[in-house]
Amino acid sequence: MRDFAYARASRATEAVQQVARSADAAFVAGGTDLLNLMKDGAEDHDLVVDINHLPLTGIEESEGRLRIGALARMADVALHPVVRRRLPVLSQALLAGASPQVRHMASIGGNLLQRTRCWYFRGEGFACNKREPGTGCAALEGRSRWHAVLGGSDHCIAVHPSDLAVALRALDATVHTLGPRGARTIAMAEFHREPGHTPHLENALRHGELITAVEVPLPAPGARQRYLKLRDRATFEFAVVSVAVVLRMSGRTVEEARLAFGGIATRPWRSPEVETALEGRPLTERNIAAAGRLLVQDAQPREDNEFKIELAQRALQDVLGRYTGGSR
Amino acid sequence: MAQHRRRDVLKSGGVAAAAVMVPFAGTEQAAAAPDAPQAAQPRAVADLTLSVNGTRHRLPGVEARVTLLDALREQAGLTGTKKGCDRGECGACTVLVDGRRVKSCLTLAVMQEGRSITTIEGLARNEELHPVQEAFVRRDALQCGICTPGQIMSAVACIEEGHTGSEDEIREWMSGNLCRCSCYPNIVDAVADAAKVMRR
Repeated sequence: MRDFAYARASRATEAVQQVARSADAAFVAGGTDLLNLMKDGAEDHDLVVDINHLPLTGIEESEGRLRIGALARMADVALHPVVRRRLPVLSQALLAGASPQVRHMASIGGNLLQRTRCWYFRGEGFACNKREPGTGCAALEGRSRWHAVLGGSDHCIAVHPSDLAVALRALDATVHTLGPRGARTIAMAEFHREPGHTPHLENALRHGELITAVEVPLPAPGARQRYLKLRDRATFEFAVVSVAVVLRMSGRTVEEARLAFGGIATRPWRSPEVETALEGRPLTERNIAAAGRLLVQDAQPREDNEFKIELAQRALQDVLGRYTGGSR
Repeated sequence: MAQHRRRDVLKSGGVAAAAVMVPFAGTEQAAAAPDAPQAAQPRAVADLTLSVNGTRHRLPGVEARVTLLDALREQAGLTGTKKGCDRGECGACTVLVDGRRVKSCLTLAVMQEGRSITTIEGLARNEELHPVQEAFVRRDALQCGICTPGQIMSAVACIEEGHTGSEDEIREWMSGNLCRCSCYPNIVDAVADAAKVMRR
């Protein structure tokens, strides 16, 4: 790691000002991704502002919503009683991520800002429009097993690696921030960006803007929730395909289906067509298969990741298939 | 502001007197220019005090970029904690911070001031091994041994957390610690044995 200066913030507004003032400054919470990015030369900061002493760790339920402080740790959120009872898809997604040690360190805000595991981005000496805008994308003609089949561009096909983000997308969460110009909220649907011509711009945050909380509306008590993560080994690995589902049924009929996908797209992926195809109809294998075909209709696979077209549809069949028997 | 030395400010954390942030910089620099603007210092260093295994270790002139792992090994002389991948993947550097297992390669030493750190050197009581150490010896849960301090620290926490109900559960909750010699069957047995002893 190159040299940098360190400051410990005691108030959020000061942390924001400190980072906003310097183009090369960054916040540090858990540090679990930032340190690796700096060690690998993928990021380079003159100033690192430690936000761990800000009072942003609380988890509070009120009026049908759960507000999770940005500095709450993955492990604490996953095991929180309200999360386990009312947001099992969130708990499952968090426990499917990283390792027990990292889950003690990594914060909820930082998890959403972790950067892609594309090996051309993380490695040194490859063309990468995220790492060095304008240099090209080695993944387009390279090894693409971990890369996106949806939402890519001619400039980048890197996958956003967060399981948490996929679950929060299905849950219609909002991100609360504090920036140099004050506080605002950003819907998860607007938070992560597709790469387009600017793959280095990955989310809606402005420089110096700090995530302060994530707010999750609690689904109706009877809603089915599940996170399915498929990966190349049993555990401690990123997804090749994942699905978060929040499903409301009336008898055998789907009232509402919220489905978010990870591992296959450049950002946590939802498809209105897929959800519309399921809603108002009986949940049958045939209808799930039809929805699955809609999911991948615009996919642009490459040699190494073509398997995701089939695997994503099977994952959908698996995650919804257990509910075809109707409501209790 | 001017009457505070940087070390005092760093230590006092959220106290009102420290409401204005102070860039991390060496004591000498602070003394020379107490009213210096809050710009980044190109070679930011400071004297740290880390609490490790119940002992306060004064570590002079630590650069901000030094990880907790490197500070433990190179500055505090506690080389029991191992450096494997230095990327949070292998778990050889696992230590406890305030009782929770973490990867010491993924955090800065300066971020851990004021926390209570436990390393492999802090487990045994004089000549008496910790039950997890005892179980690793008895079950022959190692070959080359480089992952072992991390495995043991992780196992101590895994047992405290209550994730030893079955072999599968142990494997899942020990998954952040890799063993290139692949001693996993014996490691799982050792963790299960130690869990029984510690629950007595």
